[in-house]
Amino acid sequence: MKFLKFLLIGILFGIVMTKSEAISWYRIQEMFRFQSFHMYGIIGTALAVGVVMTQWLKSKNIKSVDGQPLQLKDKEKSVARYLFGGIIFGLGWALSGACPGPMYTLVGNGYTTVIVLILSAVMGTFVYGVLRERLPH
Amino acid sequence: MINFLSQPWPWYISGPMISLVMFLLLWAGGQFGVSGTLRSVCAIGGAGKHVKFFDYDWKSQIWNLVFVVGAVIGGFIAHHWLANPTPLAISEATIRDLDQLGISFDGGLIPMELFSWSSLATLKGFLVIVVGGFLVGFGTRYAGGCTSGHAISGLSNLQIPSFIAVIGFFIGGLIMTFLLFPLIF
Repeated sequence: MKFLKFLLIGILFGIVMTKSEAISWYRIQEMFRFQSFHMYGIIGTALAVGVVMTQWLKSKNIKSVDGQPLQLKDKEKSVARYLFGGIIFGLGWALSGACPGPMYTLVGNGYTTVIVLILSAVMGTFVYGVLRERLPH
Repeated sequence: MINFLSQPWPWYISGPMISLVMFLLLWAGGQFGVSGTLRSVCAIGGAGKHVKFFDYDWKSQIWNLVFVVGAVIGGFIAHHWLANPTPLAISEATIRDLDQLGISFDGGLIPMELFSWSSLATLKGFLVIVVGGFLVGFGTRYAGGCTSGHAISGLSNLQIPSFIAVIGFFIGGLIMTFLLFPLIF
C-alpha cells in the first residue's frame, strides 16, 4: 500500500514521457541540433513551474504525506564530478537518445532492445562504482 | 477525451506535467531522480559485497524501483490506448541532417534500423545501444544525477552543481552530435 502511490506516479510519468515524445531518439537529436523548440519548451516549462513550486514548498516548510521533511537536500559542492560526469552522460544521451527515465518508458512502449540499453547502463554504473576512488570528484 | 489524449502533447502541457510528477514524488516522501535506480540494481545484484559504493541501504530506495516499474506500465498504457496515429512530427531540418548521415526517418519514436535485434549485432547498433547505455550509466552516477535529478529537480531547487552538470550534458551531447556522429554513421 505504501508503494502503491509510487506505482501510480510512475504510471503518470510513463504516460507523460510517451505523450510528450521526450522518449524519442529523434527528438533528442532535434534538441542537440537546435532545430525545434519542443524539448526546450518541455524542460523550460517544467523548470519554470518547478522553481516556483520548490521555493514555495521550502518557504512554507511543507511536509511529506508521512510528516517527514521533503527530500530537498543541497547537493555537495564540486565542479569536477558534475562537469566530467555530465559530459560523459551527455555523450551517451545523444548517442542512445535516452536518459534513464525514458529508457524504462521505452520498454513499456514495446522496444525490447532497450532492455539491453538498460543493462548496459547498469554495467556503466557498476564500473563507475569500481573506479570511483580513482576519479577526480 | 481519448481523442485529445491521443494527440502528441504540446510542450506547454508536458513540461508542467513533469513538474507535477516531481511534486507528487516529494509529497509521497521520495524525490525525482531516475538514475539512482541503476545503482540500486547493482546493489540488489550483490555488488556491495565487492564494491563499497554499492554497500548501502538500497531497501530505502525500493520506492524508486516501484516508480520506474510504473514508468514501464505507463509507457505500455500510452502505447496501447493513447497512441498517436500520425508519424512523429520532427523538424524537416533534422530529418535532412540524419538522412545525410545515412539514418532514415521511419516515423516512429526511435529509428528501428538502429534499435532492432538484428542491428544489435552491427557496429552502429552496438555503439548506440551498448556503448550509449554504458556512457549514460557511468556518467549519471559520476555526475550524481541525470536529466530528472539535475536538470529538473536540481535546477528547480536552484542548485549550482546541477547547473554545472547540465552544462556538461550539453557539452557531451554537442560533441557527440556534431563531432562523433559523422565518424560513427
